[in-house]
Amino acid sequence: MSEKTLIAAINEAMCQEMERDPTVLVMGEDVGLDGGVFRATDGLQGKFGTNRSIDTPLAESAIVGTAIGMAAGGLRPVAEIQFAGFILPGFNQLINHAARLRMRSQGQFTCPLVVRAPCSGGIRALEHHSESPEALYAHVPGLKVVVPSTPFDAKGLLVQSIREPDPVIFLEPSKYYRAFKQDVPDELYAIPLGQGEVRIEGTDLTLVTWGSMVRPAMQAAADSGKSVEVIDLRSISPWDKEMVLNSVRKTGRLVIAHEAPLSGGFGAEIAATVAQEAMYDLKGPILRVGAYDVPFPLARREDFYIPSPQRIGKAIQTACEG
Amino acid sequence: MVKKTAFEGSVEYWQVLDESGKADKKLETKLDDAELKRMYGHMVLCRLFDRKAVSLQRQGRMYTYAPLEGQEASQVGAMHALAQEDVVFPTYRDHGSYLVRGAPLENLFEYWMGYEEGLKMPAGVNVFPLSITVGNHLPMAAGMAWSMKLRKRPLMSMVCFGDGATSEGDFHEAFNFSSVHKTPLVLLCQNNHWAISVPLKKQMASETVAQKALSYGAWGVQVDGNDVLAVYSAVKEARRRALAGDGPSLVECLTYRMSMHTTADDPKKYRSDAEVDEWKKRDPLARFEAYLASRKLWTPQYKADVEADATARIEAAVKTAEAFSAQPEAMFDFVFEKRPPSLQAQRDAFVKGE
Repeated sequence: MSEKTLIAAINEAMCQEMERDPTVLVMGEDVGLDGGVFRATDGLQGKFGTNRSIDTPLAESAIVGTAIGMAAGGLRPVAEIQFAGFILPGFNQLINHAARLRMRSQGQFTCPLVVRAPCSGGIRALEHHSESPEALYAHVPGLKVVVPSTPFDAKGLLVQSIREPDPVIFLEPSKYYRAFKQDVPDELYAIPLGQGEVRIEGTDLTLVTWGSMVRPAMQAAADSGKSVEVIDLRSISPWDKEMVLNSVRKTGRLVIAHEAPLSGGFGAEIAATVAQEAMYDLKGPILRVGAYDVPFPLARREDFYIPSPQRIGKAIQTACEG
Repeated sequence: MVKKTAFEGSVEYWQVLDESGKADKKLETKLDDAELKRMYGHMVLCRLFDRKAVSLQRQGRMYTYAPLEGQEASQVGAMHALAQEDVVFPTYRDHGSYLVRGAPLENLFEYWMGYEEGLKMPAGVNVFPLSITVGNHLPMAAGMAWSMKLRKRPLMSMVCFGDGATSEGDFHEAFNFSSVHKTPLVLLCQNNHWAISVPLKKQMASETVAQKALSYGAWGVQVDGNDVLAVYSAVKEARRRALAGDGPSLVECLTYRMSMHTTADDPKKYRSDAEVDEWKKRDPLARFEAYLASRKLWTPQYKADVEADATARIEAAVKTAEAFSAQPEAMFDFVFEKRPPSLQAQRDAFVKGE
């Protein structure tokens, strides 16, 4: 056990999985010699060589597409896309191919692939560097979507993602890469996908969140004067429906907070599920907090765009009044 | 059985000024003194703008920035060969291209200081919003060229990109479309040898970028990208071909990214100082100064005057940009021509602080 940042935990997860399983490799733009623009793959090329820590040419569609082929060919590639906003040239490969290969070959070819990408804002980056696109991938049958918010989870979830038999989109809130440290076991461990984590227990209201919104949500809960149960979903697809339903059955109130734009965000899926399955346990309407339905703004306006603890706090108060 | 050569091709390399600034008399351009001095003024402005931007970022007065140092001749030479009504598709490193096109300096600072308002160009600049994602703008530039052809406008579009972008599918798709439909497009590749940490030889196995033109039945040329006159001449020829209906051309400018990829990057991690020092000797400004001096157009005093003028403009622009402020609710503007009710409601709530 030692204190690690989220980026160090991610690096360790890949390093240890590469030691454990010779079919695991990392690939992408600047991941080898440079060790990644955020240093996620730092040291891996020195340790495992250029065939297992591969600098690719600059082409996201080919990174994803060749990674699918490698996975089908018996390897376990972990492909890094430099920022979540840059995946889109590879979107077709992910959706039409990675997600469907198992079905389209009737199980003959599979795609044990991880696509990692930094996501979300708060780092004063350029355009296309700050998006939170989890809902796009959660909408695709055949893809799993993971969004860790702590170093401990990042390591365990990435290890599990690498071992998954199907493709996983692994979105890492770049704001948390070096924001704080946490005790993380030095040995390998895996956290199953689809299990949420209760960050704060409470009885007045359930606040469901994930990724970059976990810390603002915990702040809002602490400041609210209410007994708020904060659930960090950790995986968006599959997601821990039972944990959310059980919590709502206890509290009777639900707020969902995500950094992605509100409309069509994954919060809508959770709200619809709870409305359908726990309608009579609810004491008031389900509220959602998301970013505004505008493109992620440049640096000067990102603090106005990203849901703040205050905005989440207002939703908590409104929900408790209802 | 028949075996014969099915295709043969080659690409030329052009250099007008050698590394000491001496002109090849056969290739020397017919630019008049005033135009040469304008080019020089733009190159100085580019360099000083760039250095100021890096310095502002280092002082915490600006956000992440992509320096252009080393690529002044490529950008200035290319832009001088265009008509003002041609449309340019720049990248995040084309500050020099923006400046030659007449983009106000304060706009560039405002953008890199984090305001969308900086992207709003005055009429007549004819620059598409810079591409942050690599290579994605090539098909759009081909489409802009196509619109010019279909609307019978005697213009062309130019797309600027780096060596890294040639790996993207968009590069090949755009080039193919443009060559099949003979659209008036010039592909200006500033081959600065590095895509962040990935060197050219790991980006492609072909010897030149320019030869990729042959695959699309187009004209391609490799030029010394630190020689402003070579770049100018090549783009002039590419433009002539575009307007003659010959379709797209690829101009590969061999240059070098003297600085980091962006201010968030540390090139010492992946390249040697010796390589950088080698390229320092081919400095595009020093070479052009030597040429201008040989034509009695340049003295140290003239240089000092040009620099003083550029510095004054830059300082005034920084002042304007730093005084710029805009309401945060401007983020709801320009999403659509008319806001749908749901977005209007979000804006109303935001303004009320809800």
